[in-house]
This record gives sequence, structure tokens and C-alpha cells, in this order.
Amino acid sequence: MSNKFKNKSKANITEPKTKISWKEIKQQKVLLIWSAVIVVYGVIFYYLPLAGWLMAFQNYKPKDGLLHSKFIGFAKFEPLFTDITFIRTIRNTLAMGVINLIATFVTAIVFAILLNEITSKGGKKVVQTISYLPHFLSWIIVTGILHDALSGSGIINEILLKLHIIDQSINFFAHPGYFWPIVAFANVWKETGWNAIIYLAAITSIDPSLYEAAAIDGAGRFAKIKYVTLPGIKPTIMILLLMNVGNVLNAGFEIQYLLGNGLVQSVSQTIDIYVLKWGISQSDYSIGTAAGIFKSVVSIVLIVIANQIAKHNGEERLF
Amino acid sequence: MTKKKRTTADRIFIVCNTVFMILFVIITLYPVLNTLAVSFNDGTDALRGGIYLWPRRWSIKNYTTVLKKNNLVTGAYISVLRTVVGTLLALASNAILAFIVSRKKFLFKKPLSFFWVVTMYVNGGLIPTFLLYKNLGMTNSFSVYVIPGMISAFNMLVIRTYMNGIPDSLEESAQLDGAGYGTIFLKIISPLCKPVYATVALFVAVGQWNSWFDAMLYNRLESNLTTLQYELMKLLSSVTNQGTSMETMKNSGGNVTPTSVRAAATILTMLPIICLYPFLQRYFVTGMTLGGVKE
Repeated sequence: MSNKFKNKSKANITEPKTKISWKEIKQQKVLLIWSAVIVVYGVIFYYLPLAGWLMAFQNYKPKDGLLHSKFIGFAKFEPLFTDITFIRTIRNTLAMGVINLIATFVTAIVFAILLNEITSKGGKKVVQTISYLPHFLSWIIVTGILHDALSGSGIINEILLKLHIIDQSINFFAHPGYFWPIVAFANVWKETGWNAIIYLAAITSIDPSLYEAAAIDGAGRFAKIKYVTLPGIKPTIMILLLMNVGNVLNAGFEIQYLLGNGLVQSVSQTIDIYVLKWGISQSDYSIGTAAGIFKSVVSIVLIVIANQIAKHNGEERLF
Repeated sequence: MTKKKRTTADRIFIVCNTVFMILFVIITLYPVLNTLAVSFNDGTDALRGGIYLWPRRWSIKNYTTVLKKNNLVTGAYISVLRTVVGTLLALASNAILAFIVSRKKFLFKKPLSFFWVVTMYVNGGLIPTFLLYKNLGMTNSFSVYVIPGMISAFNMLVIRTYMNGIPDSLEESAQLDGAGYGTIFLKIISPLCKPVYATVALFVAVGQWNSWFDAMLYNRLESNLTTLQYELMKLLSSVTNQGTSMETMKNSGGNVTPTSVRAAATILTMLPIICLYPFLQRYFVTGMTLGGVKE
């Protein structure tokens, strides 16, 4: 063990000193050729679209192209902050992003902890295997299922009627008030089991002697969860939270697009849907791009802020 | 010894926890099983409601209707094709890239990694990407499914993390025997990477099978190139737009409704994933943990 470690550290020290000989470069020829091919691919498919950001500052006309369209500064950004429709999409995106983030985080952590408390090995395995099945179903299927479950004759209305909580079936998709909770529930249904995997892995790697020590100190089940399990998975929680904060604005496309309808438009439309609507359907590429840039910039700012806060509190961080 | 003194609170907890887990399983599985029951039930009969886990009046008409619909059959063919081709391309290219950046002696190891990690955080967005594909002539073509997402920084990092764990001595001794990098990649590293390759292949395959947005955005006008998920979405929106009307479908000549046909189509779309699921699920877990602990 210690020998291995020594070798490794030695290699680390000597590595920068090894001169790269001409023979070595010749040997690396094949690597260099492949890298070049891969970089060309990356430039085309990942970096070239960034040049398209220029469109947001232009009065972009497809016939003039990026090079000959007229520059108009920030004019295309202006409606983003004055148009009530767009301001509403920002609110919707943020609200659903935050609600989904909190809901999926809490349920995954709670589920992982509770599942860990199940003593029967077989039962645990069966529940876990079933729990992440929904993750692999497409949003098309999930929204189809939701439509069935929440329709006038669906199971939810039936249960509510039978329990005499309501006297008339509710049309869930017609009331704006139900939309955010439905989206949050769908996300929880789809992702709880999947997100719990990583917490379960983290719980498994907690040193068992900590639990024994806690038991000797007279800790019961809840005390063990509070003082051993939760602190043990805290770094994992923090790092995942950080990774997801930047994604808050990305959380709004597929399900909102598939579930939204005219009646709930005021709460269902997100930035991505706005971009799709203005950019692709109305062919106003400039305003669509401007909205996209707005989203990217806010996402990056959010990541940096979250990272700074974590750094300040001495927590795990991304960079 | 510890089991001896179970307190009442403990016992209550165990009961509640078990009940919770059972409820959890029911909520997860019920919608899927209900769709299955509806798909095997007579369409008009299903409109009366009251079908839960078992069909009331058995019928396979829904399935025969689906299989007679050309757009769904073509969609299924395209979906299978894009899943196979897309997965092979993505696996090969991510593996090669991961191999290159995990070579300790490679000259541009750091810059090449950085080049790809950047793409995880910054991207052009929908409109510039859309215009790019259009200018490259990739709209209304099959290539738009498999070429753009081929290399992804995340999948590359997962494979790289795994390759970094393989001892360098293997590479060195092979080099002494005169093996080039191509041979090392194919004959030495890749056989050891089978588990991580399986994981990444599964992620990509599931993503390919489930995606519908690219079909809608780029290939909507080319009915021979749309995918199964997209056709399913069209079926869904036609159902919700009409409501669950009593109208039976044309050209079916039997008792099927849009809802029951959609249930059958949904089950058929899920089928590949459900069938493979029990065998492959351990790879999903490996991948999730590998991806999560990456630096």
C-alpha cells in the first residue's frame, strides 16, 4: 500500500521533467490526428453556434446572413424587459425551476434515507429497482400517463370523489393554479428513485463504526439519522445542489411544452418555449437568440454566486 | 444484541416506513399497469371507465390498429435505427476522446480536456444551433439525429474517470513490445473498459430512444424520418384536443378509440426499455455513481 503510494508520488514528481523526444511525438502522431478531427467536430457543433450570439445584436435577416446584417446594439433585448409576456416567462421558469429543484431534492434525500432503514435486503432491492423505472420513460409517455390520471374520469378524480373531498370532478388542466404543482409532482414521480441512487451510494460509504459509536452513546434511530447519516451525505448534497442551481432555468421545456394549453398559458410558458415560439415559429431569430443569451448569462451568474457562497461557508464547491 | 430492545417508537417507525414504501411502489407502478390494462381492453368499453389493473373486455384490436398505422411503424423503424447508429457512433467517439485525454504523456492532454469541459457550461442556444444545422444541410435528414450529440463532455468524463484507474504499466509494457496507440486502445484498454462502455452506451441509447424534440424541430416535414416518440406525441395531442370523444377511429372497423390506441402505442414504446431493464439496471447505477463522483 505504502509502496504503491510512493511509486505514484514519484511518478508525479518526475513527470514534468521527462523530455518529450522526437520519437515520442512520432509515436503520438495517431493521437494528434484523432485530436485534430475531434477538435474540428467540437468547433463546428459546440463553438460555432456561439458566433450566432451576434444575431441578438443585429437586425438579422437570413438573406443577409451574420456578416451583412445591420448591428442595432441592445435593441432586441429591450422587449425582454418591457414585454409583460416575457417577464411572465421569466417568473414561470424561475418558479418552476426552484419548486422542482427543492421538491426533487427533498424527496430524493428522504427516500434514500428511508430506503436505507429497510432491513430486508430483498425488499430494499425490489423497491429501488422499481423506483428508478420512471426515469427511463420519455416525457411524452409521462405526460400521456398524467393526462389519463388527471382527466375527468381519471383515477385522481375518482379517488377524490369517493372520499367525498370534492363533489364534482376537477379539470386539472384548465386551472392555472394546478399547473406548477402538477409539474412538480411529475418531476418527483419521474426522478425521485433515480436521484436517490447517488445518496444511497453516499450513505453506504459512511463508516459503519460511526453508527456503532452512536449506538453506544445511546443514539436511537432518529438520532443516528440526524447526527451520522445526514452529516455523512452533506458533501454530496452540497455538490449536487451546486450543479443543479445553474440548471434552474433549464428545467423548463419538455413537460411545460407537452402539458401546456391555452388556458394555462400564463403560468406554463417558459423562456425556452418563448424562444421556440418567437425564434422558430415566427422566424424572429434575433429576439429568440437574445432571450437565449439572457438565459445563459443568468445561469452562469447563478452558478458563480452559488459557488461563491459555498466557498465562503467552507463547503464543497465546483471550481 | 441490538435487536433485543426495540422500542415502541421503533416499531411504529418500521410499520410506517414499510407502508410508505408500498405506497411509493404503487404510485410508481400503477399508471404503467393501468395503461397496460387499457391497452388490452375494448376501446369503446374503456370509455365507461372503471378499468384499473385488469382489462374488462379483452381485445387486441388496439395493438393491431397501431401496427397497421404506417406512421407508427415507420417511426419505430427510424427510432430503432437512430438508437443503434447513434449509440455506436457516440460510444466510439467518446471512447477515443477519453482514451486520448487519459494518456499521461499526451502533449495536449490538458487543453483538449478543457476544450470539452467548456462545452458543458456554455452553448449557443436553440436558434443559433437550429440555423447551423440548417446551413449544414442537416435538416430533413437522418444525420441530425446521430451526428450533433455524438461527443458529449459528460460521457467522455465518465469514461476518462474509468480509464484513469487502469495502471499505466499496461500501456508501457505494450509499447515496449512495439504496440502503437491504436493497438493499445483496441486490444488493451477497451477490453478492460467494458463495464463503463456498457454504461455510456445505455445512457446514449435511452436518450436516443426517448428523444422527440429533434424530430419535431428538424424533420417534421419529412414523414419518413420522424421517430416513434414524436408520432406518439402527435397521437397524444390529437386525443387531448378532441377530449375523450365517443368518436371511433376511421379505417379501423372496430371498437377502438384514440385513447385506447394511444395506450397500446405507449406500451409498445415502453416495451424495449421494460424488457431490457432488469438486465441492464446495474449499469445504470454504476454510471450514475461514476458520473457523480467525477472531479
